[in-house]
Amino acid sequence: MDIATLLQQLINGISLGSMYALIAIGYTMVYGVLRLINFAHADIMMVGAFATFFAMDSLQSGFVVATFFAIIFSILIGVLTDKVAYKPLRHSPRISLLITAIGVSFFLENIVNVTFGGTPKSFSVPEFFDTIINVGSTILTPTVIIVPVVTLILLSLLLFILYKTKYGMAIRALAFDVKTVSLMGVDANKIIMIVFIIGSSLAAVGGIFWAINYPVLTPYMGLMIGLKAFAAAVLGGIGSVSGAVLGGFILGFTEVAVVAFFPELGAYKDAIAFIFLILVLVIKPTGIMGIDFEKSRF
Amino acid sequence: MIRSINKNFILYLLISIAFVSFSPYLFEDYGIRILNNIFIFIILAVSYNLINGVTGQLSLEPNGFVAIGAYVTALSLLSEDLKWDLFQLEDPAPWVLALSFDIFPALLLSGVVASIVAFILAVPVFRVRGDYLAIVTLGFGFIIKVFAINSPEITNGSIGLNEIPSVLDSYTIGFIAIVVVILILNIIYSKFGRAMKAVRDDEDAASAIGIDTFKIKTLAFVTSAFFEGIGGGMLAVLLTTISPDLFTFFLTFQLLIIIVLGGLGSTSGAIIGSFLVIGGSEWLRFLDGPIDIFGIQTDAHPGTRMVVFSLILIIVMLFAREGIMGKREFSDIFRKKR
Repeated sequence: MDIATLLQQLINGISLGSMYALIAIGYTMVYGVLRLINFAHADIMMVGAFATFFAMDSLQSGFVVATFFAIIFSILIGVLTDKVAYKPLRHSPRISLLITAIGVSFFLENIVNVTFGGTPKSFSVPEFFDTIINVGSTILTPTVIIVPVVTLILLSLLLFILYKTKYGMAIRALAFDVKTVSLMGVDANKIIMIVFIIGSSLAAVGGIFWAINYPVLTPYMGLMIGLKAFAAAVLGGIGSVSGAVLGGFILGFTEVAVVAFFPELGAYKDAIAFIFLILVLVIKPTGIMGIDFEKSRF
Repeated sequence: MIRSINKNFILYLLISIAFVSFSPYLFEDYGIRILNNIFIFIILAVSYNLINGVTGQLSLEPNGFVAIGAYVTALSLLSEDLKWDLFQLEDPAPWVLALSFDIFPALLLSGVVASIVAFILAVPVFRVRGDYLAIVTLGFGFIIKVFAINSPEITNGSIGLNEIPSVLDSYTIGFIAIVVVILILNIIYSKFGRAMKAVRDDEDAASAIGIDTFKIKTLAFVTSAFFEGIGGGMLAVLLTTISPDLFTFFLTFQLLIIIVLGGLGSTSGAIIGSFLVIGGSEWLRFLDGPIDIFGIQTDAHPGTRMVVFSLILIIVMLFAREGIMGKREFSDIFRKKR
């Protein structure tokens, strides 16, 4: 294995890891404030990808407009999910919330399936993303640069919101104690809505990146990606945003490395996330950046 | 044992036995096929209810364990010659060839294999609270499929197995369902069952009074896997052909609707739910085809049924969380207040 190939794989890993990270952030933040594994989150990502496809294919809009359309649409769906399905169940047993989340996930998948038809949709990637840049003997496409850069920008923005603004402080406080925070005059539902806005918009961006990299869209694409992103969030330490990003990158690199170094295991690459998940639960259930929620709340 | 082997219980038992015995005279061929399906779903739903409803740990495993059960039973029943014929991608592994049992030992083996796998999954998951169970079991369902597709020497890959001998008639399926329901009721009314309910209602309190919550949750999970394995084996025999695509998340989703609609934690509810959902699923088949609304013909939209199903689940969870039976059983309804 020469340096160029290694570099190539490294770049692929960063790109894949960024996408996992973008989606994992949504899981980790919703888990932080609601203690809910939001099964519908990955489907918000799928909705984002399909909304972009719809805007470009049926509305004939440009890629940039389609991107904004998709992000706004995904935010709408995400917030609506919270308002309609999760909010009435805030004070019910957690199992009710989880079952509802699965219901929402299945609903989104099938409503898209019915609307767009069952055949996979091919996403027309803008030509700009197909230009090839040669750096030495490493072949680069604009995506492998744009994806990590955009992820980095969005992540810094998110960390700024979380640690430098009042809303961010409220989100972090909510993760530790809903009741006390509400007593101090914070509108918990509003903060939870903000969390859903952040999560859904990042998921939409992740979905668009995914569509550019793997331009075949199916209504059920969210299932596997969501599972992996969640595993990444657990690996990094559920509840921690930087942990989710770290977990996403570790997972992305591992997948790329396994396929590159052990091609005979390629068929099992989807199992890696699952093995990570089990290992984390066995060795350190709080993950790398571990926050022990069971002690801090509930 | 069921403490109150009362008149009620015997009554319901007799009604069930009578129903199973006379069903061939009541229904036509198509009806019997659906009924067999319902019986198997009763087995699956009642055992799924044990971990989800009675112990209160959301798990999404049935499709995985049903797949395990189906493959184990199918491989046990197929003769050696047939296996050589069927396996086109790769030669069958030697132990796959050697695997040969009659139907009942095969079903038992299916259950045992499923529960061993369940035990391996349960240990890491239940070390932490049940939250992760849902996602680990969901992932497990995918992994089983990946494994089934990529191990052609065991499962014949994506082609699957066919020509599984159809050795179960509707009497046998019905009576196995009755036996499984009785066994599960026995567990629910034993001291383990009460411990499971205690874990569901308040895990901290349960562990404070000395219940080993890890052990109880693992027991519930492994038991439900055992019967799901058996149900899977029966499903394979009923369908006579299985492939990895058969055991998708939709199977789990159907079972989830069954137990939620019937009332989480109620065995009677799971039985009612099986009739409603599996029967209703046949009835709703028209939704997937073209529909006539006031003379306007709509296009066929395959998948509409699933949208309806997911809406039902969400609506039940939001507005009627108790489902049909709540946590009650048949026998509770007609019993005077204590």
